Amino acid sequence: MASSTTEEAKPKPRLIVRLGIFLASHHILFSALCCTAGIIALLFLPSLAKNTYLSENALIPGSANTLFSTEDILEANRFLKGIEAATGESRGGTDMPKFISQEIKNLGAEVHYHEFLPDRKCFHPLKFFTSMTNNMAVKPNGTYTNFGINIAGIIRAPRGDGKEAIVLVTPYNSQGDQSNELLSLALGFSVFSLLSRATWLAKDIVWLSADSQFGEYAAVSAWLNQYHNPMFLSDPVILDTKMYGTNRNLYEHDDTTEKAELMTFKRAGTMAAALIFKVGETRKYNDRDSVTMYAEASNGQMPNLDLLNVVHYLAVHRQGFHVNIETFSSLLSSSWLKVIAEVFQNVGSVLRKINPDWKLDVNVPDYVEGTANLANSMYNQALGVPTGSHGAFRDYQVDAVSLEFAPAFNLKNENAKFSFLLRGGRLTEGVVRSVNNLLEKFHQSFFLYFLTAPSKFISVGVYMIPFALFLAPLPIVAAALAGDSKTKGKLVDECKTKDIVGDLEIGGESWKWLKSARVLLVIQIWAALVSLLPYYISQIPGAMPTQYAVIWAVLSIVILIILYGMFGSPYHAGVEWRLLKATMITSITIGMGLMSIINFATAQLGALILIPMCLFSRPLKAQLEMNFLPRIILFISNILLTVLGFPPAALLVMKCLSKGLWTVDIGDFWLWMEFLWEWSSATYLYVFLVHLPCWLLCIHVLLHPCLQPESKMKQE
Amino acid sequence: MARREEGVVSWVTLSYLSGGNVMGSQNFFRHPVERSMSNISPKNLPSKHYKSPAKKATQQLLASNHAAAPKPHLGGALAAPPSRPPALRRLLFLSLLLLLLLASLVRAAVAAEEGEDEEEVFTEELLLRPLPDRKTLAHFHFRSSAPPSAAAGRHHHVFPKAIAQLVQQFHISELELSFTQGRWNYERWGGYDPMSTNYAKPPGVELWAAFDLPLGEIDATWKNLTHTLSGLFCASINFLESSTAFSAPRWGFKLNEGNLRYGALPREAVCTENLTPWLKLLPCRDKAGIASLLYRPSIYKGYYHSQKLKLTSSQSSGIIIDQTLTVVLQPDTLRGKQLHSTDGQEAQLQPSWSIKDLFNRKLSGKCLISKSSRVFVEIEKDIVDKSDKSGAEASWTNELFVLSTAPNRVFKELKDMDTQPSSLYVYDVSNYNNDKPLDVGITWKLPLIWYCTPAPYHANRFLMGSGNERGSIALSFRSTNLRKQVYGSSNDCSIKAVVFQVVPWYVKVYYHSLQIFIDGNSKAISEVVDKIHVTPSVDKLLPGSLEMLLRLPCSMQSATLSLDFDKGFLHIDEYPPDANQGFDIPSALVTFPEFNSSRSYPETDTLFMSPLLQTFKEDGVIKSYTEVLLVPLTTPDFSMPYNVITFTCTVLALYFGSLLNALRRRIGEEEMELKKAAAKRGLIPLLIAKLRGKKLDPPQQGSSPTSLVSTKLLLKVVFVAVVAVAFHYLSNS
Repeated sequence: MASSTTEEAKPKPRLIVRLGIFLASHHILFSALCCTAGIIALLFLPSLAKNTYLSENALIPGSANTLFSTEDILEANRFLKGIEAATGESRGGTDMPKFISQEIKNLGAEVHYHEFLPDRKCFHPLKFFTSMTNNMAVKPNGTYTNFGINIAGIIRAPRGDGKEAIVLVTPYNSQGDQSNELLSLALGFSVFSLLSRATWLAKDIVWLSADSQFGEYAAVSAWLNQYHNPMFLSDPVILDTKMYGTNRNLYEHDDTTEKAELMTFKRAGTMAAALIFKVGETRKYNDRDSVTMYAEASNGQMPNLDLLNVVHYLAVHRQGFHVNIETFSSLLSSSWLKVIAEVFQNVGSVLRKINPDWKLDVNVPDYVEGTANLANSMYNQALGVPTGSHGAFRDYQVDAVSLEFAPAFNLKNENAKFSFLLRGGRLTEGVVRSVNNLLEKFHQSFFLYFLTAPSKFISVGVYMIPFALFLAPLPIVAAALAGDSKTKGKLVDECKTKDIVGDLEIGGESWKWLKSARVLLVIQIWAALVSLLPYYISQIPGAMPTQYAVIWAVLSIVILIILYGMFGSPYHAGVEWRLLKATMITSITIGMGLMSIINFATAQLGALILIPMCLFSRPLKAQLEMNFLPRIILFISNILLTVLGFPPAALLVMKCLSKGLWTVDIGDFWLWMEFLWEWSSATYLYVFLVHLPCWLLCIHVLLHPCLQPESKMKQE
Repeated sequence: MARREEGVVSWVTLSYLSGGNVMGSQNFFRHPVERSMSNISPKNLPSKHYKSPAKKATQQLLASNHAAAPKPHLGGALAAPPSRPPALRRLLFLSLLLLLLLASLVRAAVAAEEGEDEEEVFTEELLLRPLPDRKTLAHFHFRSSAPPSAAAGRHHHVFPKAIAQLVQQFHISELELSFTQGRWNYERWGGYDPMSTNYAKPPGVELWAAFDLPLGEIDATWKNLTHTLSGLFCASINFLESSTAFSAPRWGFKLNEGNLRYGALPREAVCTENLTPWLKLLPCRDKAGIASLLYRPSIYKGYYHSQKLKLTSSQSSGIIIDQTLTVVLQPDTLRGKQLHSTDGQEAQLQPSWSIKDLFNRKLSGKCLISKSSRVFVEIEKDIVDKSDKSGAEASWTNELFVLSTAPNRVFKELKDMDTQPSSLYVYDVSNYNNDKPLDVGITWKLPLIWYCTPAPYHANRFLMGSGNERGSIALSFRSTNLRKQVYGSSNDCSIKAVVFQVVPWYVKVYYHSLQIFIDGNSKAISEVVDKIHVTPSVDKLLPGSLEMLLRLPCSMQSATLSLDFDKGFLHIDEYPPDANQGFDIPSALVTFPEFNSSRSYPETDTLFMSPLLQTFKEDGVIKSYTEVLLVPLTTPDFSMPYNVITFTCTVLALYFGSLLNALRRRIGEEEMELKKAAAKRGLIPLLIAKLRGKKLDPPQQGSSPTSLVSTKLLLKVVFVAVVAVAFHYLSNS
């Protein structure tokens, strides 16, 4: 109807095309709307969280009476006394493994030592994601006195077929004797001894005492690596003598068969799930012992939600623990968050009046706590670094969760210790029992979720909405800009623009984007080179992080200049800024889309900075033609977003916000990047292959000389 | 029983029926009609003289009443009348009489058969053996044998008819079916004795059968056999029917001429529903005799439970079935005490047990039909060694242990080496009855640690790698230094090992990727592998199978073989109901052909015939089964097929719709069409105009004020929305 003008030669375009054209013509409004909606939706997430529920019916947690009893606590106490005596005898720690292995043997279970060297993590750009699997291959020669000893005990399920196993892990430090660690070992042992007598086991039980002197993750990951990707080329016994040298003797008599028996790596089928538990510091949460759950593995992978649900259900409803998850405690007391919470509560109550089914009015404290938890959950996933040794399991597609028990009272008190051990043991037993019931591996519940509370989650379907809203204007804006540049110079009214765009003339004009695509390509090559530089820089021995970082920065700039020399500066080629921006937006759309598949949280947090930065960018010279007020706003937001978009600056700001220190140390950036690549985090790739080139293109757009005077901006 | 009742026809029948054992005689009455019918046929004449080629001749003889042949044989049983034939007429008459007698006195004929050497024999035996890890092995052995079919015909009185029919129908020469729950612990329960060699089986169901048929008919017969067995034992053995489930090993499993088929179902759960049909094959079931000890809660509480049926059939010896049940139990006598004993010595003390502790029952007499019924208590040679060192004779009561009852006799294994043989204490169950039940047990006097002799190598199998794409299977051998112990430490020798492994087709093994590492050094395949036979898998058709003869150096401590594989994709309806568990690779079998576990016992008494000891004496090559492996494959999300289907369909529809649209569209034509359309009005306006009775106006050109229309429309929409919200609000509050 709208197009039924006197001129009837032009047919009415299709609805979807018209809609596209309409959106493109109002792209500024549309993108502003979408971004605002995205931010609001993001802030709404804590109110949208649902309560967790058990999807897998086979788990039936807590349906069986727990068998963990006073006798098992006596057993734990006996073990504790024994191991205290063993550590007291000799500092240096061969007695502790010996004691543990002897105790396991007395239970009638199989036991073996697993010795490992601390693996020196280095940057392997060519096997970024796979570097963890084969880093044990390179074993230097010579003897070592510094190595870790894991002790693994295996209970073969009496009537099981041995196809599957449940892994329990207690970290301990063979070099030190912290009472907490000994207590967690005792807890692990008492559960293990209970399970060794259980007749209901369907899956084998592996209890791994992981030597955490090089970090818990290193120990567990070394053991898992040996479990899944053993090296046959080196004889364990020979390696062992090499490792031990002559002074350390782990074996009572120099009995070779016993030694071979203990050194033989034993396995127990495919792992169904893993539970890592340790006793942490005494902490007070309203007179209740508390458990903190850690679940984030590398690159935002999470264990199946059912595993967390089982732990939470048993801990809260059966054993009366207080369950926490990690949180940003600074957010809990922030006043601006409280203001937002109140606004949302009011909005929620209004909405509820409209429809009682919309339960969006969350209490202010709940909202604040949910946001703090959610922020932490998102941050941990976005960082892509596992929060504990459960991450090592996730690398082998095993669902795992870490539990850190925090007793409410000092454990010198025998009564407190007794009740703590009883409940801790029962919780562990209950989880093992539930997992043991599983016929299939965990698959029923969610794998993609954020936690806002131990029993509240946001599933992928909900948390995708803000990101989708952020991403939606990008193609429209790109199309609009490309269309704009095509019609530039022709003073036409809007109606005509539509028609021409709809017509899609194909001529020499339409290939102009290739020039800007070349600029994009050059910058992408530069980004790839910059991301590879640390591999070579880190080969330089004995330099400070600051020096590394400076070298890195200088080299990056040099490479950029060389590339410009080779391919020509973007401004000389006469690339129009609209086209450059359109290309940038296209590339960012692709980059964000890919990143959201690899690690959603990274993409989401990145989109918060990157997408406004891209959308706002406009050459400073072009801004001169605008009115004063919009010009100032645009200018300020451009500068602010560009500064924030630069990764080192963003890091600095983040550090300052969290610590309140305004010290500029460029070395920190190097350390941070080192941290990311050591853990093979995809965030590193994101920062250098998506974020950095986009930032540089934004700078290019901002500094565009705008030589073509006829380039007119389209006004709303 | 048979011997005592020889010749007393009716009494035999009566006692048979009234012997308090209705169950036992069930075979006898299973098909009364069929029995009486078939008894008339001469094939059923119970005579050992009738070999199968002579069948027709006999028939002719009988038809022409020249039935001289069966006479002397029957004479024994039927007593006097047809003993001396002086004249032909009398002979004719007697033959007729004989036929009549045959028709009526069925039981007599059967009873007559019992008098002969080749009779249907049933024996029951139980072997008990303490194991080093405070557990006890109990091995039930029941053997029923039937003479060759020509003699027995279709009648059996103790032999299970179902099995006989099975053998006849499928021409089975050998068959072994085992149902196992739990794993045999080769390290603790021994790997070098007849028990582990013959009765340690992989978890789940394992079935192999050799047929006496032309090679072309074997696969079809196997399929029928699996269905029959599946019905007979209430198990899903019929899953072995598919050609992807069974293989035909040539020498890796058992040397044969291609007439052997092997299949395994590792996931088959074993429970009482499998035991009950197995017990039905016993003449006394579990109502009397040794089988009465099979108290379900105690035998299913054990650590290992394997019920097996072994069937051998030949023209000369007839059919023999060995039904065995091997269980490893934890005697629940000293449980509480051991647990919290801080003293290491006490913890190692073996529990003393008796039959009552193990099975919650006592043995009150034998199954009346059984020819022999014995209980053995076996004491490992390691213990015997120790008791000998302490100076005592291998008697039932010595410094180390005491048996609760004096044995009827003691056997010692014959050995040529200087190590001590194991000893067997034999109890004859027929000496015991309800008033005086047998409750043999062992009481340990001293804490004792001993070890079972292991196989030369411990074989373990495991999966390597992670992810849904590929992986490797590794088979590792770990030396137990047996060779050194037994043969001294010469290093220039080698030990043969045969590996037999079946891999389902969806685990696509690359056999060329075989790698062998010995003591941490990579070895060329030709150095280690003597002989290899590979049947590559065919997708959805054939499983892959690998038979490999290895020659491992004696000095070797550990060896590992690894094979890479890709994980295949299954069609959606090929997934089992619990697909997310993963898929099983059945156990591999490792045999050490140079080591033999057979034991020989002195032949003191020719009357002392024990099928159990006979199997111990048989050639038993050391075998060990490896673990079952679980391979996680890619699984579709079965829980939301609807969502997946709708999403994919939407995407496809959008894609193809727009593509087709772009390809098909002709802009020029469309413009013309539009012009035409503009010329005439749509159908609905036409109709409305007609209804209003107005004349059709020519289309107004450019008269409609677009802006006005749009504001009106907008106002309407806003109005409706406000009304809706207000209505909603009011209705809810």
